[in-house]
Amino acid sequence: MLKIENLHARVAGKEILKGLSLEAKPGEVHAIMGPNGAGKSTLGNVLAGRPGYEVTGGSVGFDGSNLLELEPEARAAAGLFLAFQYPVEIPGVNNTYFLRAALNAQRKVRGETELDSMQFLKLVREKVKAMGMTPELLNRAVNEGFSGGEKKRNEVFQMALLEPRLAILDETDSGLDIDALKLVANGVNSLRSPERTFLVITHYQRLLDYIVPDFVHVLADGRIVESGDAQLARELEAHGYAWVRERTPAGAEA
Amino acid sequence: MNTATPFVQSMHDAAASLRLPGSGLAWLDGARADALHGFAERGLPDQHNELWKYTSLRALSQRAYVVGDAEAAWREVDLVALGLPALQGPRVVFVNGVLRTDLSSLDALQEGVKVRSLASALHEAPEPLRFLLDKRADDEDDGFTLLNRALAADGLVLNVAAGAVVPAPLHIVHVGVAAQTAGALHVRSLVELGEGARLDVVEHHLGEPETGHLTNLVREIDLRERAQLRWTVIQRAGADATLFQHSKVRLHDDAVFDLHALELGGKLVRHEIRADLAGARARCGSRGAFVLHGRQHADMEVLVTHRGRDTQSTAVWRGVADDRARGVVHGRILVLPGADGADGSFYNKNLLLSPGAEIDTRPALEIYADEVKANHGATVGQLDERVLFYLRSRGIPLELARRILVRAFCTVALDGIESAPLREHCETLLAEQLPEVAA
Repeated sequence: MLKIENLHARVAGKEILKGLSLEAKPGEVHAIMGPNGAGKSTLGNVLAGRPGYEVTGGSVGFDGSNLLELEPEARAAAGLFLAFQYPVEIPGVNNTYFLRAALNAQRKVRGETELDSMQFLKLVREKVKAMGMTPELLNRAVNEGFSGGEKKRNEVFQMALLEPRLAILDETDSGLDIDALKLVANGVNSLRSPERTFLVITHYQRLLDYIVPDFVHVLADGRIVESGDAQLARELEAHGYAWVRERTPAGAEA
Repeated sequence: MNTATPFVQSMHDAAASLRLPGSGLAWLDGARADALHGFAERGLPDQHNELWKYTSLRALSQRAYVVGDAEAAWREVDLVALGLPALQGPRVVFVNGVLRTDLSSLDALQEGVKVRSLASALHEAPEPLRFLLDKRADDEDDGFTLLNRALAADGLVLNVAAGAVVPAPLHIVHVGVAAQTAGALHVRSLVELGEGARLDVVEHHLGEPETGHLTNLVREIDLRERAQLRWTVIQRAGADATLFQHSKVRLHDDAVFDLHALELGGKLVRHEIRADLAGARARCGSRGAFVLHGRQHADMEVLVTHRGRDTQSTAVWRGVADDRARGVVHGRILVLPGADGADGSFYNKNLLLSPGAEIDTRPALEIYADEVKANHGATVGQLDERVLFYLRSRGIPLELARRILVRAFCTVALDGIESAPLREHCETLLAEQLPEVAA
């Protein structure tokens, strides 16, 4: 499903990812943890194809195709979704209109028929109900004036609607209080399925109490330095990231 | 005295031979002669004139025009083919500057609304217009308002009686069609709303692509106490048209003027809006957008004077320029001594879609009163890369993403248009204009 090999990437001339490798299979939930500046968000942005994130080496295979060759919109159509750490506000663009444009653009690329407004509204109603989304938010401009929690819930709602095969959550827990965190986590859990893979990028273990991962990876200085199961996250919480650094033999960068 | 450029010479030649409606009336002849004399002295506005600083008339000055179109009264015009939407209710149609009763429908006019052509008003009953037309050149005049006063042969005379509340909008349609020669069409419209009267006007500018005409349209609007006028201008003039609009609005106590302007067509367009909030608590709102491509040039001059106490003005303008287009937005809020409690704002945002495009924006505040609130802001920028990426990350192709964002940027200018069909029409026109722009 997703195979990242020896990925190197630069942002603004600075090397951030320095040989990152990771493999994820359908149905798996992988948590990526790590200290600030380790390259967690860079990984999400590189995978989604954000301009300004320059890949200087390595490869990313997604369902057998070379993800790095695709434009961001083509990656989305292929089934990749990035839940943003900082969702942008788009004044003047109605949320429902935006979602329909996005879904139909993806369907078109995949050779599926586009949904008319009636079909789309029906789908939206289902998802609103399933995700416990506030319906009023759909009639507003995308993220405009939304609270931090509303923005993150809107990201998860978009995910539910677009039904990606690979969902990347970039610090979706940041800035959320515990109630909002639970809502978001419930949304994500309801989307877990044998066909769908999640990369959950987070700084804190807290989110992983609610979204229990199959694998936990520690990202430090642009590489995965330790992998394990959910237990690893708890150990990190107990010992801090310095603990991983001590356990990683010096000179392993070579 | 300016050396006579071909443009100036052609205007003087025309003035010498034209027979204008109402000529022979001493006061009117005098006013016209004074205006022509003023034009001879001042010539075309040049870039030393602060209000024309970014709009060069060098190319125009080298062209000679015929004044008016002698066949305007009977030219065949297919309004639908030119893009006029299906309109209900009363409408007034001008072809090359001449009011055409055969194309207008005025039988649906409500009681209290009186519409005449300037030409017939001058033939039949000129005296009531004397107050408006018998004027001398002043500081607010420029070469074009003077030419208009000297040479306008037609226009609209619109009166709404005190207390008349008109539910259906009055449509005014200006159509430019090709004539043998490119014409300078001087059109003067005089609008008065009596006390407490209310009216909505929707003005459409349409035209064939290659007419070469210069339309010099001056509106003088007088709003008596508590009158409310909402005016929407949808400008889709022909591709090589030059259009200079000058709107002078005077508001008495508690009067309200709301302008919406969508500037989409033409080659060289300029609109100078002068609102004089003379009465206490008068309110003026203006919103507008231009979307330019190719080598189009648009210049919006929004000049608001707060004269009365507790007067209010708002202005929200959006500009979009692609290719090598050039936009100019100038907003000035002047608060005169004694206009205490005035509240004025002017906001303008602009979007450049190509490295060759340029937009100049200048907000200015001049305040000479106390307890005044005044705000202004102006920006020129490009589409936000973060927002573009957000849309693309959801599967929306770059092209469509740009179009969606430009449209959203402009639709702010349509806020406050209460009529849903009118707003929808404006949105559709904007959307049609954008695919090319955002290519």
